[in-house]
Amino acid sequence: MTSDHGEARGVSRRKILECMTWAGAGVLWTIAGGVPRSIGIIGEAAAVEPSGLTFLQISDSHVGFDKPANPNAIGTLEEALSKINALAVKPSFLIHTGDITHLSKPSEFDDADRIISQARLDVHYVPGEHDVLDEDVKLYRDRYGRGTKGAGWYSFDANGVHFIGLVNVVDLKAGGLGNLGNEQLEWLENDLKGRATSTPIVVFAHIPLWSVYPAWGWETEDAARALDYLKRFGSVTVLNGHIHQIMQKVEGNVTFHTAMSTAFPQPAPGTAPSPGPLKVADDKLRSVLGITDVTFKRGQQRLAIIDEPLQR
Amino acid sequence: MRTIKLGMRVVTALAVAALAAGALASQGAPATDAEVQIDQYAFLPPRIAVKPGTTVTWTNEDDAPHTVASSAKLFKSKALDTSDKFSFTFTTPGVYEYFCSLHPHMTGAIVVEAATGSSAAQ
Repeated sequence: MTSDHGEARGVSRRKILECMTWAGAGVLWTIAGGVPRSIGIIGEAAAVEPSGLTFLQISDSHVGFDKPANPNAIGTLEEALSKINALAVKPSFLIHTGDITHLSKPSEFDDADRIISQARLDVHYVPGEHDVLDEDVKLYRDRYGRGTKGAGWYSFDANGVHFIGLVNVVDLKAGGLGNLGNEQLEWLENDLKGRATSTPIVVFAHIPLWSVYPAWGWETEDAARALDYLKRFGSVTVLNGHIHQIMQKVEGNVTFHTAMSTAFPQPAPGTAPSPGPLKVADDKLRSVLGITDVTFKRGQQRLAIIDEPLQR
Repeated sequence: MRTIKLGMRVVTALAVAALAAGALASQGAPATDAEVQIDQYAFLPPRIAVKPGTTVTWTNEDDAPHTVASSAKLFKSKALDTSDKFSFTFTTPGVYEYFCSLHPHMTGAIVVEAATGSSAAQ
């Protein structure tokens, strides 16, 4: 930790500019037939060395979902875990960006734990709105809330990268969008205070922190304040779920990225009457479900985001 | 019904609402139960007028769960999975706005009118 900071303080302006470029450099993606998917990666990211930090994002496992869009969401989560266990470079930990369960049932949380623990890795969770259906958010917090603040927000450090898990799915207001709330935003401001601007920041939360499609609620209404606290940092990566498809946007130093679900896809914004589960041909389902592999290499100050469908 | 285009669905829903309102008017004081469908991430019809004592039943027709939550926290359903129902009986005149706490862009209102036309709007 201290050596990381020492290194960070010595970082030149040129290095900070490099930080600004790495965030958006990782993934090459396309949209085919309305389904966005990554088709490869750029440059150095392909040659992953064990010295870098690799972590993995999974999202929207919706354990308990059994509707036509995927009658076996447990099965596809198991496939995702098999994929993780087969990775050439074992990730340091997992991040789950919420909607672990479909209906916040204890049995769904149990099944999710049983499957995800097969990775034998630390898992850093944030809740989705499907995980907080009990009034007092007890089921989620009893399992994943240890050491967190409020409804479950927290931060931690790994390999000189500062990770921040935010909760934007509780106490939502009529007509509104995702919401962080004043208490959490004040905590965030304090959490970032005094950190070197060259510290790479990874923020993860369920609902996108950028305006993907407000008509479907795919936005967080007070995200601007969070991003204001983050804007002085040379590189910020924001990882979200919720929309069950890959989207990416770069805004200044900030790269926003949303992950695929492991359970079912949702339509691209505005392409359907509602954001409800999208039924695709059975042989196409696994091409729109998947996991996201993220690699940070300190030497090159480059973060690579690689979306891996369950099946290409 | 599920496959009909949205515009058509809204027209149908409005027609059903109009019929329901007509039925209420012709019956006078006794309240009739009312139905709200939750379909394609919307409450249909989004706003209905009922007499005091009316029991409103919401039915979730979507493949995604929804809730029916009073904006003033007067009532709230559990998460309604596909085909699940939630009922609430409205006894006091007023406007009861509600939303889905999972998808808060989904909003609706139940307008409970005064029991008799002439004594309305005190």
